[in-house]
Amino acid sequence: MTDREKIQQILQGISKTALPAQPSESLFDAGVLDSFSLVDLVAGIEQAFGIKIPDSDLNPRQFDSIEYIEKYLSSHR
Amino acid sequence: MSFIRAFGAYLPETIITNDQLASRLGCEAEWIFKASGIRERRQARAAGENETLVEMAVRAGRACLEHAGLTPDQIGMVIMSTGTAPRRFPGPAAETASQLGLPAGVATLDVPMASAGTLFAMALADQLAARYGNILVIGVEKMTEIAWREPADPNLAILFGDGAGACLISPNSGIAEIVDHTLQSDGSFTRDLRLEHDGTLCMEGRSVILQASRKIPAAIMLLLERHKWSAADVNVLLMHQANQNLMNRVAQAVGMAQDRVFSVIEKTGNTSSASMLIAAAEWAHQQTSLSGKRIAFAAFGAGFHWGALLARGV
Repeated sequence: MTDREKIQQILQGISKTALPAQPSESLFDAGVLDSFSLVDLVAGIEQAFGIKIPDSDLNPRQFDSIEYIEKYLSSHR
Repeated sequence: MSFIRAFGAYLPETIITNDQLASRLGCEAEWIFKASGIRERRQARAAGENETLVEMAVRAGRACLEHAGLTPDQIGMVIMSTGTAPRRFPGPAAETASQLGLPAGVATLDVPMASAGTLFAMALADQLAARYGNILVIGVEKMTEIAWREPADPNLAILFGDGAGACLISPNSGIAEIVDHTLQSDGSFTRDLRLEHDGTLCMEGRSVILQASRKIPAAIMLLLERHKWSAADVNVLLMHQANQNLMNRVAQAVGMAQDRVFSVIEKTGNTSSASMLIAAAEWAHQQTSLSGKRIAFAAFGAGFHWGALLARGV
Protein backbone atom coordinates (compact mmCIF):
# COMPACT_ATOMS: atom_id res chain seq x y z
CA MET A 1 0.00 0.00 0.00
CA THR A 2 1.39 3.42 -0.93
CA ASP A 3 1.57 6.37 1.47
CA ARG A 4 -1.30 7.99 -0.39
CA GLU A 5 -3.48 4.90 -0.08
CA LYS A 6 -2.72 4.66 3.62
CA ILE A 7 -3.61 8.34 4.13
CA GLN A 8 -6.84 7.91 2.17
CA GLN A 9 -7.73 4.88 4.27
CA ILE A 10 -7.19 6.84 7.50
CA LEU A 11 -9.31 9.73 6.21
CA GLN A 12 -12.12 7.41 5.12
CA GLY A 13 -12.08 5.86 8.58
CA ILE A 14 -12.62 9.18 10.35
CA SER A 15 -14.94 11.01 7.94
CA LYS A 16 -18.06 10.06 6.03
CA THR A 17 -17.48 12.91 3.57
CA ALA A 18 -16.11 11.92 0.15
CA LEU A 19 -12.43 12.69 -0.29
CA PRO A 20 -11.58 15.53 -2.70
CA ALA A 21 -10.76 14.53 -6.27
CA GLN A 22 -7.35 16.20 -6.21
CA PRO A 23 -4.71 15.44 -3.53
CA SER A 24 -3.86 19.14 -3.39
CA GLU A 25 -7.41 20.18 -2.37
CA SER A 26 -8.08 21.35 1.17
CA LEU A 27 -9.49 18.63 3.40
CA PHE A 28 -11.01 21.29 5.67
CA ASP A 29 -12.71 23.12 2.79
CA ALA A 30 -14.02 19.80 1.47
CA GLY A 31 -15.59 19.07 4.86
CA VAL A 32 -13.49 15.93 5.35
CA LEU A 33 -11.73 17.38 8.39
CA ASP A 34 -12.78 19.62 11.25
CA SER A 35 -10.95 20.65 14.42
CA PHE A 36 -11.75 17.40 16.21
CA SER A 37 -11.27 14.91 13.36
CA LEU A 38 -7.86 16.51 12.76
CA VAL A 39 -6.86 15.03 16.13
CA ASP A 40 -7.96 11.59 14.88
CA LEU A 41 -6.05 12.08 11.63
CA VAL A 42 -2.80 12.82 13.47
CA ALA A 43 -3.29 9.80 15.74
CA GLY A 44 -4.09 7.64 12.71
CA ILE A 45 -0.95 8.78 10.87
CA GLU A 46 1.21 8.08 13.91
CA GLN A 47 -0.22 4.58 14.21
CA ALA A 48 -0.23 3.68 10.52
CA PHE A 49 3.28 4.98 9.83
CA GLY A 50 4.82 4.06 13.16
CA ILE A 51 6.01 7.59 13.89
CA LYS A 52 5.59 10.08 16.71
CA ILE A 53 4.74 13.55 15.46
CA PRO A 54 6.10 16.12 17.95
CA ASP A 55 3.66 18.75 19.18
CA SER A 56 5.87 21.43 17.61
CA ASP A 57 5.07 19.96 14.16
CA LEU A 58 1.34 20.06 14.72
CA ASN A 59 0.53 22.97 12.46
CA PRO A 60 -2.95 22.24 11.06
CA ARG A 61 -1.87 23.58 7.66
CA GLN A 62 0.56 20.65 7.33
CA PHE A 63 -2.40 18.29 7.32
CA ASP A 64 -4.76 20.33 5.14
CA SER A 65 -4.38 18.17 2.03
CA ILE A 66 -3.28 14.67 1.13
CA GLU A 67 -0.34 16.21 -0.72
CA TYR A 68 0.78 18.19 2.37
CA ILE A 69 0.58 15.05 4.49
CA GLU A 70 2.65 13.11 1.96
CA LYS A 71 5.26 15.88 1.96
CA TYR A 72 5.39 15.91 5.75
CA LEU A 73 5.85 12.15 5.90
CA SER A 74 8.55 12.07 3.24
CA SER A 75 10.57 14.77 5.01
CA HIS A 76 10.24 13.16 8.46
CA ARG A 77 11.23 9.57 7.80
CA MET B 1 1.50 19.55 50.22
CA SER B 2 -1.48 21.69 51.24
CA PHE B 3 -5.22 21.09 51.38
CA ILE B 4 -8.24 22.28 49.46
CA ARG B 5 -10.58 23.52 52.16
CA ALA B 6 -13.58 24.78 50.17
CA PHE B 7 -14.89 25.97 46.83
CA GLY B 8 -17.22 28.80 45.90
CA ALA B 9 -18.74 30.23 42.74
CA TYR B 10 -20.80 33.08 41.43
CA LEU B 11 -22.78 33.24 38.19
CA PRO B 12 -24.56 36.43 37.06
CA GLU B 13 -28.36 36.29 36.98
CA THR B 14 -28.82 37.15 33.30
CA ILE B 15 -29.13 34.03 31.14
CA ILE B 16 -28.47 34.22 27.42
CA THR B 17 -29.84 31.17 25.61
CA ASN B 18 -28.61 29.76 22.32
CA ASP B 19 -31.82 31.00 20.68
CA GLN B 20 -31.09 34.56 21.80
CA LEU B 21 -27.45 34.37 20.74
CA ALA B 22 -28.19 32.63 17.45
CA SER B 23 -30.54 35.37 16.32
CA ARG B 24 -27.94 37.98 17.22
CA LEU B 25 -25.09 36.16 15.42
CA GLY B 26 -27.06 34.82 12.46
CA CYS B 27 -26.50 31.13 13.18
CA GLU B 28 -28.53 28.13 14.37
CA ALA B 29 -29.11 27.43 18.07
CA GLU B 30 -28.68 23.69 17.56
CA TRP B 31 -25.37 24.26 15.74
CA ILE B 32 -24.10 26.07 18.84
CA PHE B 33 -24.98 23.09 21.02
CA LYS B 34 -23.50 20.56 18.60
CA ALA B 35 -20.25 22.50 18.26
CA SER B 36 -19.76 23.17 21.97
CA GLY B 37 -22.20 21.36 24.26
CA ILE B 38 -23.45 24.77 25.41
CA ARG B 39 -27.15 25.64 25.70
CA GLU B 40 -26.92 28.86 27.69
CA ARG B 41 -24.42 31.16 29.41
CA ARG B 42 -24.53 33.98 31.93
CA GLN B 43 -23.84 37.63 31.21
CA ALA B 44 -22.67 40.12 33.81
CA ARG B 45 -24.72 43.28 33.97
CA ALA B 46 -23.14 46.17 32.11
CA ALA B 47 -20.58 48.19 34.05
CA GLY B 48 -23.04 51.09 34.34
CA GLU B 49 -25.27 48.81 36.38
CA ASN B 50 -22.33 48.06 38.62
CA GLU B 51 -21.64 44.35 38.13
CA THR B 52 -17.93 44.61 37.69
CA LEU B 53 -15.29 41.93 37.47
CA VAL B 54 -14.35 42.66 41.07
CA GLU B 55 -17.96 42.38 42.22
CA MET B 56 -18.22 38.90 40.69
CA ALA B 57 -14.90 37.90 42.26
CA VAL B 58 -16.04 39.15 45.67
CA ARG B 59 -19.25 37.12 45.49
CA ALA B 60 -17.38 33.91 44.60
CA GLY B 61 -14.74 34.62 47.25
CA ARG B 62 -17.38 35.27 49.90
CA ALA B 63 -19.19 32.01 49.05
CA CYS B 64 -15.89 30.16 49.36
CA LEU B 65 -15.11 31.71 52.75
CA GLU B 66 -18.57 30.76 53.99
CA HIS B 67 -18.10 27.16 52.86
CA ALA B 68 -14.66 27.13 54.51
CA GLY B 69 -16.05 28.55 57.75
CA LEU B 70 -13.43 31.28 57.73
CA THR B 71 -13.59 35.03 58.19
CA PRO B 72 -11.65 37.53 56.06
CA ASP B 73 -9.09 38.14 58.80
CA GLN B 74 -8.05 34.47 58.59
CA ILE B 75 -6.84 34.79 54.99
CA GLY B 76 -3.11 35.22 54.43
CA MET B 77 -3.08 35.81 50.69
CA VAL B 78 -5.32 36.17 47.64
CA ILE B 79 -4.24 34.88 44.22
CA MET B 80 -6.54 35.89 41.42
CA SER B 81 -6.53 34.91 37.77
CA THR B 82 -8.29 36.67 34.92
CA GLY B 83 -7.72 37.32 31.25
CA THR B 84 -10.31 40.09 31.17
CA ALA B 85 -9.03 42.61 33.71
CA PRO B 86 -10.41 46.08 33.02
CA ARG B 87 -7.03 47.81 33.46
CA ARG B 88 -3.40 47.21 32.52
CA PHE B 89 -2.59 47.87 36.18
CA PRO B 90 -3.29 47.42 38.95
CA GLY B 91 -4.84 44.01 38.53
CA PRO B 92 -8.10 43.30 40.35
CA ALA B 93 -6.72 41.12 43.17
CA ALA B 94 -5.96 43.89 45.68
CA GLU B 95 -9.30 45.64 45.13
CA THR B 96 -11.11 42.30 45.48
CA ALA B 97 -9.32 41.56 48.75
CA SER B 98 -10.20 44.99 50.06
CA GLN B 99 -13.88 44.62 49.13
CA LEU B 100 -13.92 41.17 50.72
CA GLY B 101 -12.92 42.83 53.97
CA LEU B 102 -9.39 41.45 54.21
CA PRO B 103 -7.14 43.60 56.38
CA ALA B 104 -4.76 45.99 54.62
CA GLY B 105 -1.33 44.43 54.30
CA VAL B 106 -2.50 40.99 53.21
CA ALA B 107 -0.58 40.11 50.05
CA THR B 108 -2.45 39.70 46.79
CA LEU B 109 -1.19 38.39 43.49
CA ASP B 110 -2.66 38.78 40.01
CA VAL B 111 -2.25 35.96 37.51
CA PRO B 112 -3.16 37.51 34.15
CA MET B 113 -3.73 34.17 32.49
CA ALA B 114 -6.88 33.15 30.62
CA SER B 115 -8.26 29.62 30.93
CA ALA B 116 -5.40 27.88 32.78
CA GLY B 117 -4.98 30.67 35.33
CA THR B 118 -6.74 29.07 38.27
CA LEU B 119 -4.82 25.83 37.87
CA PHE B 120 -1.55 27.79 38.03
CA ALA B 121 -2.90 29.80 40.96
CA MET B 122 -3.85 26.63 42.87
CA ALA B 123 -0.38 25.19 42.34
CA LEU B 124 1.20 28.44 43.53
CA ALA B 125 -1.09 28.52 46.55
CA ASP B 126 -0.15 24.95 47.37
CA GLN B 127 3.51 25.99 47.58
CA LEU B 128 2.88 29.27 49.41
CA ALA B 129 0.32 28.16 52.00
CA ALA B 130 2.96 26.88 54.43
CA ARG B 131 4.34 30.43 54.64
CA TYR B 132 1.24 32.61 54.20
CA GLY B 133 -1.51 30.45 55.72
CA ASN B 134 -4.94 30.24 54.12
CA ILE B 135 -4.85 31.37 50.50
CA LEU B 136 -7.96 32.35 48.61
CA VAL B 137 -7.73 31.54 44.88
CA ILE B 138 -10.23 33.24 42.61
CA GLY B 139 -10.75 32.96 38.86
CA VAL B 140 -13.05 35.57 37.36
CA GLU B 141 -13.92 36.47 33.80
CA LYS B 142 -16.16 38.84 31.90
CA MET B 143 -15.72 37.05 28.59
CA THR B 144 -18.92 38.22 26.89
CA GLU B 145 -17.63 41.79 26.90
CA ILE B 146 -14.68 40.58 24.80
CA ALA B 147 -16.20 37.83 22.67
CA TRP B 148 -19.35 39.75 21.73
CA ARG B 149 -17.47 42.92 20.78
CA GLU B 150 -18.34 43.90 17.20
CA PRO B 151 -17.50 42.54 14.71
CA ALA B 152 -18.17 39.33 16.62
CA ASP B 153 -16.88 36.05 15.17
CA PRO B 154 -19.76 33.56 15.64
CA ASN B 155 -17.30 30.68 16.07
CA LEU B 156 -15.94 32.40 19.18
CA ALA B 157 -18.94 34.36 20.40
CA ILE B 158 -20.99 31.20 20.94
CA LEU B 159 -18.49 29.79 23.39
CA PHE B 160 -18.13 32.26 26.20
CA GLY B 161 -19.90 33.32 29.38
CA ASP B 162 -19.21 35.32 32.53
CA GLY B 163 -18.67 34.13 36.08
CA ALA B 164 -16.30 33.55 38.96
CA GLY B 165 -15.01 30.52 40.84
CA ALA B 166 -12.94 30.26 43.99
CA CYS B 167 -11.17 27.79 46.23
CA LEU B 168 -9.47 28.03 49.59
CA ILE B 169 -6.06 26.40 49.99
CA SER B 170 -5.02 25.74 53.59
CA PRO B 171 -1.69 24.54 54.96
CA ASN B 172 -2.93 21.99 57.48
CA SER B 173 -6.45 20.70 56.88
CA GLY B 174 -9.28 20.60 54.38
CA ILE B 175 -11.61 18.41 52.37
CA ALA B 176 -8.92 17.16 49.97
CA GLU B 177 -5.14 16.97 50.13
CA ILE B 178 -3.21 18.18 47.11
CA VAL B 179 -1.08 15.27 45.94
CA ASP B 180 0.91 16.79 43.08
CA HIS B 181 0.76 19.11 40.10
CA THR B 182 2.46 19.82 36.82
CA LEU B 183 2.51 23.20 35.10
CA GLN B 184 3.77 23.65 31.55
CA SER B 185 4.00 26.41 28.93
CA ASP B 186 5.01 26.76 25.29
CA GLY B 187 5.35 30.26 23.89
CA SER B 188 5.69 29.14 20.28
CA PHE B 189 1.90 29.12 20.05
CA THR B 190 1.36 32.59 21.51
CA ARG B 191 -0.34 33.92 18.39
CA ASP B 192 -2.84 31.05 18.17
CA LEU B 193 -4.96 32.31 21.06
CA ARG B 194 -4.64 35.93 22.07
CA LEU B 195 -6.36 39.17 22.96
CA GLU B 196 -4.37 42.28 22.10
CA HIS B 197 -4.95 45.49 24.02
CA ASP B 198 -8.09 47.10 22.58
CA GLY B 199 -8.26 44.30 20.00
CA THR B 200 -10.62 41.45 19.32
CA LEU B 201 -10.25 37.89 20.53
CA CYS B 202 -8.20 35.80 18.09
CA MET B 203 -8.24 32.02 18.15
CA GLU B 204 -6.84 29.50 15.69
CA GLY B 205 -9.37 26.88 16.75
CA ARG B 206 -7.77 23.98 14.89
CA SER B 207 -4.41 24.56 16.52
CA VAL B 208 -5.93 25.06 19.97
CA ILE B 209 -8.01 21.87 19.79
CA LEU B 210 -5.11 19.86 18.36
CA GLN B 211 -2.64 20.98 21.01
CA ALA B 212 -5.13 20.78 23.89
CA SER B 213 -6.24 17.28 22.84
CA ARG B 214 -2.67 16.05 23.29
CA LYS B 215 -1.26 18.24 26.04
CA ILE B 216 -4.06 17.92 28.61
CA PRO B 217 -4.13 14.09 28.56
CA ALA B 218 -0.31 14.01 28.64
CA ALA B 219 -0.24 16.22 31.75
CA ILE B 220 -2.88 14.12 33.52
CA MET B 221 -1.16 10.85 32.61
CA LEU B 222 2.21 12.19 33.76
CA LEU B 223 0.80 12.65 37.25
CA LEU B 224 -1.20 9.40 37.24
CA GLU B 225 1.92 7.43 36.32
CA ARG B 226 4.06 9.29 38.86
CA HIS B 227 1.67 8.33 41.66
CA LYS B 228 0.70 4.92 40.26
CA TRP B 229 -2.96 5.84 39.94
CA SER B 230 -4.88 4.31 37.05
CA ALA B 231 -7.41 6.35 35.10
CA ALA B 232 -10.10 4.13 36.64
CA ASP B 233 -8.94 5.24 40.12
CA VAL B 234 -9.94 8.83 39.41
CA ASN B 235 -13.44 9.59 40.71
CA VAL B 236 -13.79 12.91 38.95
CA LEU B 237 -11.98 15.03 36.38
CA LEU B 238 -12.59 18.73 36.99
CA MET B 239 -11.41 20.49 33.84
CA HIS B 240 -11.38 23.92 32.36
CA GLN B 241 -14.81 23.95 30.72
CA ALA B 242 -13.65 24.91 27.25
CA ASN B 243 -15.87 22.81 25.01
CA GLN B 244 -17.81 19.61 25.78
CA ASN B 245 -16.38 17.89 22.72
CA LEU B 246 -12.83 18.62 23.91
CA MET B 247 -13.59 17.39 27.42
CA ASN B 248 -14.95 14.13 25.97
CA ARG B 249 -11.78 13.76 23.89
CA VAL B 250 -9.57 14.24 26.92
CA ALA B 251 -11.47 11.58 28.89
CA GLN B 252 -11.17 9.18 25.97
CA ALA B 253 -7.43 9.82 25.58
CA VAL B 254 -6.78 9.27 29.29
CA GLY B 255 -8.91 6.12 29.30
CA MET B 256 -11.49 7.54 31.66
CA ALA B 257 -15.25 6.97 31.43
CA GLN B 258 -16.91 10.12 30.14
CA ASP B 259 -19.26 10.27 33.12
CA ARG B 260 -16.20 10.93 35.31
CA VAL B 261 -15.74 14.31 33.62
CA PHE B 262 -17.84 16.76 35.57
CA SER B 263 -19.35 19.34 33.26
CA VAL B 264 -21.32 22.53 33.78
CA ILE B 265 -20.64 23.96 30.34
CA GLU B 266 -24.19 23.35 29.12
CA LYS B 267 -25.42 25.98 31.59
CA THR B 268 -22.40 28.29 31.86
CA GLY B 269 -20.54 28.32 28.57
CA ASN B 270 -16.77 28.68 28.65
CA THR B 271 -15.96 31.08 31.47
CA SER B 272 -12.22 30.85 30.79
CA SER B 273 -10.10 30.82 33.94
CA ALA B 274 -13.21 30.86 36.16
CA SER B 275 -14.65 27.70 34.68
CA MET B 276 -12.66 24.97 36.43
CA LEU B 277 -13.51 26.28 39.88
CA ILE B 278 -17.15 26.96 38.96
CA ALA B 279 -17.37 23.28 37.99
CA ALA B 280 -15.49 22.24 41.15
CA ALA B 281 -17.84 24.24 43.36
CA GLU B 282 -20.90 22.63 41.78
CA TRP B 283 -19.39 19.14 42.00
CA ALA B 284 -18.39 19.58 45.65
CA HIS B 285 -21.87 20.89 46.45
CA GLN B 286 -23.35 17.63 45.12
CA GLN B 287 -21.10 15.40 47.27
CA THR B 288 -22.02 14.24 50.76
CA SER B 289 -18.35 13.45 51.43
CA LEU B 290 -15.08 13.69 49.53
CA SER B 291 -13.40 11.11 51.76
CA GLY B 292 -11.18 8.80 49.73
CA LYS B 293 -12.19 10.35 46.43
CA ARG B 294 -9.42 10.88 43.89
CA ILE B 295 -9.76 14.13 42.03
CA ALA B 296 -7.93 15.30 38.91
CA PHE B 297 -7.94 18.94 37.81
CA ALA B 298 -6.72 19.99 34.37
CA ALA B 299 -6.64 23.11 32.24
CA PHE B 300 -5.24 24.46 29.00
CA GLY B 301 -5.29 27.95 27.57
CA ALA B 302 -3.71 30.93 25.87
CA GLY B 303 0.06 30.96 26.01
CA PHE B 304 -0.12 28.05 25.62
CA HIS B 305 -0.19 27.25 29.33
CA TRP B 306 -1.51 23.94 30.62
CA GLY B 307 -1.23 21.48 33.44
CA ALA B 308 -2.91 19.13 35.86
CA LEU B 309 -3.28 18.70 39.60
CA LEU B 310 -4.23 15.66 41.66
CA ALA B 311 -5.97 15.75 45.02
CA ARG B 312 -7.29 13.09 47.36
CA GLY B 313 -10.37 13.56 49.56
CA VAL B 314 -9.73 13.26 53.29
